[in-house]
Amino acid sequence: MNKFLLFLFAISLSSLLHAQDKFFTKTGKVYFDATAPKSPEKITAVNKSATCVLDTKTGNMQFSLLMKGFEFERALMQEHFNENYAESTKFPKSEFKGNIAENANVNYTKDGVYVVKVKGQLTLHGETKEVETSGTVSVKGGSISLAATFTINLEEYKVNVPTVVGDKVSKTAKITVDCALEPLKK
Amino acid sequence: MLKKHLFPLIFLFVTLFSNRIIAQPADDLLSLVGEDKPKKEFVKNAFKSTKVINGHSMEFLSAGTMDFRILHRFGLLDQGYKNFFGLDQASMRMAFDFGLLPNLMAGIGRSTYKKEVDGFIKYAPIRQATGTKGLPLTIAIVSGMTWNTAPWPDPTIHNYNTSRLAYYFQGIFGRKFSESLSLQLSPTLLHRNIVALNTTPNDEYSIGFAGRYKVTKRMAITWDYFYRINGREKNVTFDPISIGIDIETGGHVFQLHVSNCVGMNERAFLDETTSNWLKGGIRFGFNLSRVFQLKSHNE
Repeated sequence: MNKFLLFLFAISLSSLLHAQDKFFTKTGKVYFDATAPKSPEKITAVNKSATCVLDTKTGNMQFSLLMKGFEFERALMQEHFNENYAESTKFPKSEFKGNIAENANVNYTKDGVYVVKVKGQLTLHGETKEVETSGTVSVKGGSISLAATFTINLEEYKVNVPTVVGDKVSKTAKITVDCALEPLKK
Repeated sequence: MLKKHLFPLIFLFVTLFSNRIIAQPADDLLSLVGEDKPKKEFVKNAFKSTKVINGHSMEFLSAGTMDFRILHRFGLLDQGYKNFFGLDQASMRMAFDFGLLPNLMAGIGRSTYKKEVDGFIKYAPIRQATGTKGLPLTIAIVSGMTWNTAPWPDPTIHNYNTSRLAYYFQGIFGRKFSESLSLQLSPTLLHRNIVALNTTPNDEYSIGFAGRYKVTKRMAITWDYFYRINGREKNVTFDPISIGIDIETGGHVFQLHVSNCVGMNERAFLDETTSNWLKGGIRFGFNLSRVFQLKSHNE
């Protein structure tokens, strides 16, 4: 009987160990840049509390962040971002649900930098659109970093940029993602 | 036999079952890390500016910013084309307001009307917030002072410098009811060190009713009315009533309005509003606000 118990225990333990394929962070960085080419001031912000979960087995990844978490250098700009553009009270969150294409090519147990293609759905300002970008997966000493830069068309997400500020605020925004992930312990 | 194996069997099921949950390629990966609890978050942008029209609003400047304000009040509209509907005469106030803390600000200004300098400090011990432990309204207190620097009307008598001063204390109870509607109530005490008639009390009590309704993202209708409880001189002074629109462009807020008062500080518009709405005594005016960032926002 004792042997049987030990056997069961071993099975459950091994299955738990085996499940160690998810990585996450709650302090991911997402940069936002909608500076128009000739703008005298920079329309940039950073969100330092993005949540990201990556399933290394399937290559599925999900990001979530609070729009009010974007910090601008100028308080008024931040207010306008939340009030007039992102409408953060109405649409508090932005999410991305995507997948690493050819996830099998990434060896998550070996240190290295892998260039990958990511495809998924980005929800922003209540609108969901397809986004495709290339990025990097860096594996180093058991932790994983994700980095990518892509551009979104604000009009597609029904974010209206009035012509009055057209010389400062671009109609497209460059999004830069930089997340250092840790193993998800359950 | 069954009883003997019951424990291991349960154990087996539990481990296998829990294992299944973990190993499942969960559709919602984010749920694995747990949802963040709704944080306490202060409600912002109840008003586009720190002044409704004439009176203080429940809104504060962000810390480290300066608001440069230029205010104009023109002549009476019914003066017709001769005076271009009052635009030929302008009374002006220039002011600098500073955001010191998220709930503390101070400002100083000067009006052409009576060459009056005014200053105030505004502090909110309670701010409207969402989330757990969030309070449903903002309570702010304002303390201000005005200083008349015009030459003495009668230099032949002995004049006291303190006669130039007046003080006001105001509480603001405000709430942003929705994205578009904000309302506030402001009981006010105005103390003038000197009054013209001995029948006029030095302390004047009044209560302000103000609000804004957002029509579009960048435009709002505002109103600002003070009901004066005592100290009125019938047919001489009237309750100040103003109705306007706020227009926000990138860095500026334009507050255009019609009102019956010339004064742009509490003493002047509570005490010396001499035209009557009911008799067409209205004038056009505007406030222009430009906010500058003095200190980097994220430090």
